[in-house]
Amino acid sequence: MRSDAALFELEAPATLDAVLAQIAAEPGKYTAIAGGTELMVALGTGRLVQRSLLSIQHLDELRFIRVEDDAIHIGAGTTFTDIRRDAAIAEDLPLLIQSASWTGSVANQNRGTLGGNICNASPAADTPPALLAYGATVTLISAIGKRSLPYSDFHLGYKRTALRPDELLHSISVPREFDGYRQYIRKVGTRNAQAISKVALAGIALIEGEVIADIRIGAASLADRPIRCGAAEATLLGRRINEATIRAGRAALASEAKPIDDIRSTAMYRAAVAENLLEEFLRSLMS
Amino acid sequence: MSNVTFTVNGNRQTVDVPPMKRLLDVLREDLHLTGTKEGCGEGECGACAVLFNGELVNSCLVPALQANGARLCTIEGVSTEGRLHPIQQCFLEKGGAQCGICTPGMILATHHLLEKYPNPTLEQIQEGLAGNLCRCTGYMRIFEAVQEAAAGGAR
Repeated sequence: MRSDAALFELEAPATLDAVLAQIAAEPGKYTAIAGGTELMVALGTGRLVQRSLLSIQHLDELRFIRVEDDAIHIGAGTTFTDIRRDAAIAEDLPLLIQSASWTGSVANQNRGTLGGNICNASPAADTPPALLAYGATVTLISAIGKRSLPYSDFHLGYKRTALRPDELLHSISVPREFDGYRQYIRKVGTRNAQAISKVALAGIALIEGEVIADIRIGAASLADRPIRCGAAEATLLGRRINEATIRAGRAALASEAKPIDDIRSTAMYRAAVAENLLEEFLRSLMS
Repeated sequence: MSNVTFTVNGNRQTVDVPPMKRLLDVLREDLHLTGTKEGCGEGECGACAVLFNGELVNSCLVPALQANGARLCTIEGVSTEGRLHPIQQCFLEKGGAQCGICTPGMILATHHLLEKYPNPTLEQIQEGLAGNLCRCTGYMRIFEAVQEAAAGGAR
């Protein structure tokens, strides 16, 4: 049953500084709300437990795409539509464009933000596999300043992140160093449009002289959080792509995947499909 | 309670509502604009879609406070002086509307789609309307209505 909206507080401080000061004064009291495509669903179904919310949806300070020589910096409040419209992201980060395009419908992409997709911390979220494969860095901000960490260190467990109670996600930075890399992403859901993934895999690889000179793989719904598949990467690095390599890669991925049974799929199906996706990625590198 | 001021279909409105009240409920209950429908209430079906500063959004997922200062267009604002908008006329003529619950959202999603792509491909139509579920038409008649509207039909 829907929650009674009158039981919730929502304020919209005018600036990012004002938001940060308010959460610093009472750490843990407030939950930030941007496009509402997660929290308002929880409200609508009576599952919203946070009673005090601060809107950050209007903060232009968090909504930007800044292209520099070595990286593209994306503000946490940037919508999926903003990402899909950006020429530099389309050129350099096609996996991010692809994952943004299958994050819900157009109406949800007009509201939902990259920062929300990350901070909601669903293991099935659409953009994390691409961001993990690209080796993104996240910058967190509080009243006392900013700090940055590798995105692969951000998710600590199921719906647990490195954000302190007085912090917000400020931006996501993706290096521009993938000239010549082959890029792959695939999401497997119940249907093509608007389905939450059963499993998804993103990968980039550099092939030099038929050998895998670099490879990075991110996955959704293979663990309690979005993961970088380090075991598979380590196994594949430096090898020629042949049947033995594909078998070794599949086995390594199976060793690090810890999927679960839930309403969308089973652990067995997820593990099998993830291995198949990895194989499809590796075979795409042969041609 | 919060004072929230926005324009709906060109009219300036101020409401005094809980700030987390869904924009959908503000439109229907406070402003009696009942053309905007509730389907799933979870952002999946698009029945409650409205234009928010020109962008298509699901009004069930917008807290009222975030609409402060916004320019909204609901299905009531699509026709002018009792004349159907060409998109509405094409839906009518092509059988793109049957039971009618999804239709307001479909019309606004089509409006948004044709602003972006005046001559959309079938794939662009399918993607643009993927967030609007219809249980009557099987969608083919809706696609035909959108193609007809794009081709300048019913103008």
